[in-house]
Amino acid sequence: MFYREAGDFKTSYADDSQTFPIRFDRLRYYAVIAVAFGIVPFVINDYWANAVFVPFLIYAIAALGLNILTGYCGQVSLGTGGFMAVGAYACYKLMTAFPEVSILIHVLLAGGVTAVVGVLFGLPSLRIKGFYLAVATLAAQFFLVWLFNKVPWFYNYSASGQISAPERTILGQAVTGANTTASAKYLFCLIILFALAWLARNLTRGTVGRKWMAIRDMDIAAEIIGVNPLTTKLSAFAISSFYIGVAGALFFAVYLGAAEVGEAFGIQKSFLILFMIIIGGLGSIFGSFAGAAFMVLLPVLLKNVLVGQLGWATDLAAHVELMIVGALIVIFLIAEPHGMAQLWRLAKEKLRLWPFPH
Amino acid sequence: MKKTLTAIALAMAAATPAMAELVVPNLSYRTGPYAPGGIPYADGFNDYFTLLNERDGGIGGEKVANPECETAYNTEKGVECYEATKGSGALVYNPLSTGITYQLIPKVTADGIPLYTPGYGRTSAANGKVFSNVFNYPANYWDGASVAITHLLSENGGDLSGKKIALVYHNSAYGKEPIRTLQELSKKHGFELVEIPVDHPGQEQKSQWLQIRRDKPDYVLMWGWGVMNAVAIQEAANIRYPMENFIGVWWSGSENDVLPVGDGANGYKSLAMHGTGMDYPVYADLKQYVYDAGKASGAGDQVGSVLYSRGMYAALVISEAIRKAQELAGTSAVNAAQVRDGFEALEITQDRMTELGLPNFGQAFASSCEDHGGPGNAMIQQWDAAAKKWNLITDFIAPDDEVLTPLVMEDSAAYAAENNIAERCN
Repeated sequence: MFYREAGDFKTSYADDSQTFPIRFDRLRYYAVIAVAFGIVPFVINDYWANAVFVPFLIYAIAALGLNILTGYCGQVSLGTGGFMAVGAYACYKLMTAFPEVSILIHVLLAGGVTAVVGVLFGLPSLRIKGFYLAVATLAAQFFLVWLFNKVPWFYNYSASGQISAPERTILGQAVTGANTTASAKYLFCLIILFALAWLARNLTRGTVGRKWMAIRDMDIAAEIIGVNPLTTKLSAFAISSFYIGVAGALFFAVYLGAAEVGEAFGIQKSFLILFMIIIGGLGSIFGSFAGAAFMVLLPVLLKNVLVGQLGWATDLAAHVELMIVGALIVIFLIAEPHGMAQLWRLAKEKLRLWPFPH
Repeated sequence: MKKTLTAIALAMAAATPAMAELVVPNLSYRTGPYAPGGIPYADGFNDYFTLLNERDGGIGGEKVANPECETAYNTEKGVECYEATKGSGALVYNPLSTGITYQLIPKVTADGIPLYTPGYGRTSAANGKVFSNVFNYPANYWDGASVAITHLLSENGGDLSGKKIALVYHNSAYGKEPIRTLQELSKKHGFELVEIPVDHPGQEQKSQWLQIRRDKPDYVLMWGWGVMNAVAIQEAANIRYPMENFIGVWWSGSENDVLPVGDGANGYKSLAMHGTGMDYPVYADLKQYVYDAGKASGAGDQVGSVLYSRGMYAALVISEAIRKAQELAGTSAVNAAQVRDGFEALEITQDRMTELGLPNFGQAFASSCEDHGGPGNAMIQQWDAAAKKWNLITDFIAPDDEVLTPLVMEDSAAYAAENNIAERCN
């Protein structure tokens, strides 16, 4: 009834190619943006920021990055944790070497450094595919973690090998360090996520994204119709790594404040983000958000319900939580192998016909 | 959909536990590869506060609440637990994780809550001039490293030159802490230090012990935690490494680490910063008010073990600090800032330990504005596999402060410079 194309007249090419062609979708999108920017920063407290929103926003950036590589370009990567570590350590080195430069620039530069490293580890993708590429990126994961553990220069020779983020401000507001307010943290991550998601959406529906998808669907056919696999694959690695590097930098500087590479950026992080995009939906921007929300919020919610509401013992709750999350993932993937994004797509299809399905 | 969302929002908002008079959150871990260490510690911690509540009606007449939060030794969950519990008026944190401690040091300093990390955490936090809210008495990692070397010196007639000492360590902030001290000590005493990292969680150590078998170090020190300990001791037994030359830090010296190895672990040594076992008068009270009343924390099967004793010791120091804070503030309902002052003014004497039912259990120490680290003495204990018992084989050994003090100053000064902290206590 409300969700339909009919009556929504497009009078220009720009209108015709907009991201949300249906008015209801558009309004919903504006509403979400308005709430995210206009309401949440004023009501958010430390707990909500640090346990829910900031990790969700940062994981969403990382999931977007991996989705570009795996979902859009079809290159499986298990090196996400390692690339996040590159972002984090690059950000740390830049923050401590150039304290007078804005942290925003450092975060973006950290993404740039990660992009270079990503391209380097993306080179084998020109020769190997599928599982073999997954193994090559797995090597990147282990190599990078080993490197940051081994070379003391990366952690400024601190006794314990920990890196910790000193306080940095933007417009007089602390965004890293212990004195950061909840809303500053949230807004800083939100703005970066918004810009990157907007960029990702527009990249994926333009030439670049279409080339990625052509490679994903069938690389030989893509090459025959004139898609250069070298630049296409490497651009996917570069852009994906940029996103993941930014996510790693934020994860360390804004969210954790101190990190140690094996624990914060180990192999389990790579798997976590891979699960996010699989559950959310490969090759979907919305899927990246949905997957990140699912994997971040569900454990926190279950913990609060089981321990906070029902008063269970913490160890029992932790074990049950693992089982519930695991079972939900399996059930989810059996019911809808294409992830939450597909559910969303189906819901929209049904809404279009509602209330008069043929 | 809306209904579920509302339910979710409500459930999350209700995350904060019920208000009590004195809140001492227990950031514990009873799951994951570090649970063998986390469970007894959390049980000892909870049981001591239960004893205070049941026997004395709390501290200074105020009941103590210990909301527990599962961290699984994971820093992200640690942050979440900290944020979830801090709103309930938390007085002090004791996360039992060096990684989480590193995260919390700036946060507690900003929020004005004390952080108590006995025998773990950031060693240079012993310098109260820089770390206003962090306390790590009675002993820290560098003390431990130095005590172990002092013990080896005394075994070798004061000379370690030409000896080879291997350090098997958990490849994390925790395991790396002693390296700097050991390097300094190796320069001073002329022994060769071999660093052998073990990655989280440490279930696979074949290659590390192969290296030890090949290099034949005279002594092996270990900074391990969780399942890593038992695996390392098993591997040492497998290559027939002489157990009396294998010394673990106090986190690698609990029953859970040696029991799985059986007779092979006989003679394994570890550091100890307090006594263990149930031969202390306090256990009579614990039995009467806690165990027999069915109020024991967890499964109740860890009572009297090394890490149970350590959890109890941490709870004891915290309760004494709260008592001191009540005395200083003149009120029983103290807040976090007053408890911090209590920690800084705390003095625990042997007489006080005897009053508390734990005579000769731990060392006497006194804190001050400058010194948050205590004397740092430790004993050596040895495992008797036949009797399934740890025997203390030395008295308290003092660390080599001549080496440690400059290192603490150097590391804390680096932290102060990085974070623009002005020195206090001047």
